Amino acid sequence: MEKRSYFAGRLLPYALLAPQLLVTIIFFYVPAVQAVYQSFLLQDAFGISTQFVWFENYQLLFADHAYYQAMSVTAVFSILVTALALSIALLLAVQADKNLKGAGVYKTLLIWPYAVAPVVAGVLWLFMFQPSLGTLARGLHELDVDWNPYLNSGDALTLVVLAAAWKQISYNFLFFLAGLQAIPKSLIEAAAIDGAQPMRRFWTIIFPLLSPTAFYLLTVNIVYVFFDTFGIIHAVTNGGPAGATTTLVYKVFNDGRAGGDLGGSAAQSVILMAIVIGLTAFQFRFIERKVNY
Amino acid sequence: MVENRPLADLVSHAILILGVAIVAFPVYLALVASSSDPTTIANGQLGLLPEGHLFENYWKVLFEGTERSTKQPMIVPLFNSLVMALIISTGKIAISLISAFAIIYFRFPFRHTAFWVIFITLMLPVEVRIYPTYKIVADLGLLNTYAGLTIPLIASATATLLFRQFFMTVPDELLEASKIDGAGPWMFFKDTLLPLSMTSIAAMFVIQFIYGWNQYLWPLLITTSDDMQTIVIGIQKMLYVTDALTEWQLAMATTILAMLPPVVVVVLMQKLFVKGLTETEK
Repeated sequence: MEKRSYFAGRLLPYALLAPQLLVTIIFFYVPAVQAVYQSFLLQDAFGISTQFVWFENYQLLFADHAYYQAMSVTAVFSILVTALALSIALLLAVQADKNLKGAGVYKTLLIWPYAVAPVVAGVLWLFMFQPSLGTLARGLHELDVDWNPYLNSGDALTLVVLAAAWKQISYNFLFFLAGLQAIPKSLIEAAAIDGAQPMRRFWTIIFPLLSPTAFYLLTVNIVYVFFDTFGIIHAVTNGGPAGATTTLVYKVFNDGRAGGDLGGSAAQSVILMAIVIGLTAFQFRFIERKVNY
Repeated sequence: MVENRPLADLVSHAILILGVAIVAFPVYLALVASSSDPTTIANGQLGLLPEGHLFENYWKVLFEGTERSTKQPMIVPLFNSLVMALIISTGKIAISLISAFAIIYFRFPFRHTAFWVIFITLMLPVEVRIYPTYKIVADLGLLNTYAGLTIPLIASATATLLFRQFFMTVPDELLEASKIDGAGPWMFFKDTLLPLSMTSIAAMFVIQFIYGWNQYLWPLLITTSDDMQTIVIGIQKMLYVTDALTEWQLAMATTILAMLPPVVVVVLMQKLFVKGLTETEK
């Protein structure tokens, strides 16, 4: 980030950076440090006395069945949403990349859900699958499917997975399409002249060249499921039934609510922080590779 | 494409139309529900065609509120969401522009440190520091204020990175020419850099407006009074009614209202949106 010529100001650059740095320090760094500190504290039930307990909060956490459940829910949720949203988006992007009539219209009609808030996506899907009055739930009942996301864990998870994947297709579609359009047409034409059929061309040329985009999207999708789906879960299932849709983030929120278990909630936050740092580092390694491609 | 295969094209059209239909169906159904009356929905008799209560429902939701749950006219949360989205997007752009300007166009001690301090915030989303951040905002007396709702979200590593990236591509000759003309930092920033950055700024605005509008966890914590609520929180409050049925026709009208502004922004400014998305997140 070097420029050959620059301004000489001594105090001005600090003044220019001040607003951003102030907000960053007050609302990002101080709370993050406090979360780490709080994770070593134990508060009694009335919030009167606190004591420093080293890693007791973490020990309690890793002895807690509910935490393992939240981990596995988050893992299953991430895998399902990512797989669903990536594969559907890729299928659509491959079609939209062909020189079809109206390709631009399709693109517009497929990308707008990006602008929909996760909670809105959740409510839209809840309405379709609301067990007693939802249009699609009624269809399922007519097929003798016993569908009730309020009572059945599998149904609840299915519902939030569908809503979360539905919203994420647009983002993945856009990046896959951009990735596809960046592949030189001459490569594909050469393969076609050599007699490679469309399927073969896709798996041996297009798909490998698309893999940097796919890896990038993989991490973005996982981060999305971890953090942005909070709104879906909070509005649609409240983490239930019986914790079946309680993700790690929802658990941080729920455990610390109304002055509950702040130490435990903070310990969970710290673990989440470690996960985000890991994911971000992973993402940047792949971006580096992409740049050098 | 390489070869001309009308049948394959037909299949592609079919897949895309199916995709568009799946993407649009939930919203279509919400529109139908928002034109219906409560008994039809409650009895599970909602069909697939719009009914005649559209204006009545939207009027009610906007200016009168629900009968049983929040009883709040949604025009207030709609306005709050607009204010929040505008403050967050313009605030992020403003402070990121000047920090990127400082990092690129000045030499000073701790320049790289400052950059990294901003950069690392990428790894600290609100969700990992919920309660400590809440406590700071509460201690500053900013609960239930626009300031509390927006300022903690205004720091932006992505916008700073984007503008830094863009400033790098601005030819050095422009700065040298400005200096020969006797322009100081402010003149150069205002007369040369800002006009050149307009497309990037607009693209950033689209992305950050959507980001601001769709905030959920933060307003959920920070706003407790009804008149500070945002529209996306309003939907959630409508769903959970004790001792009564959800007024789905009104909840779905609110849902449509909540998604309309950001969706319109994306559709109308599609080029800028795509640019903002692909440039910031790579």
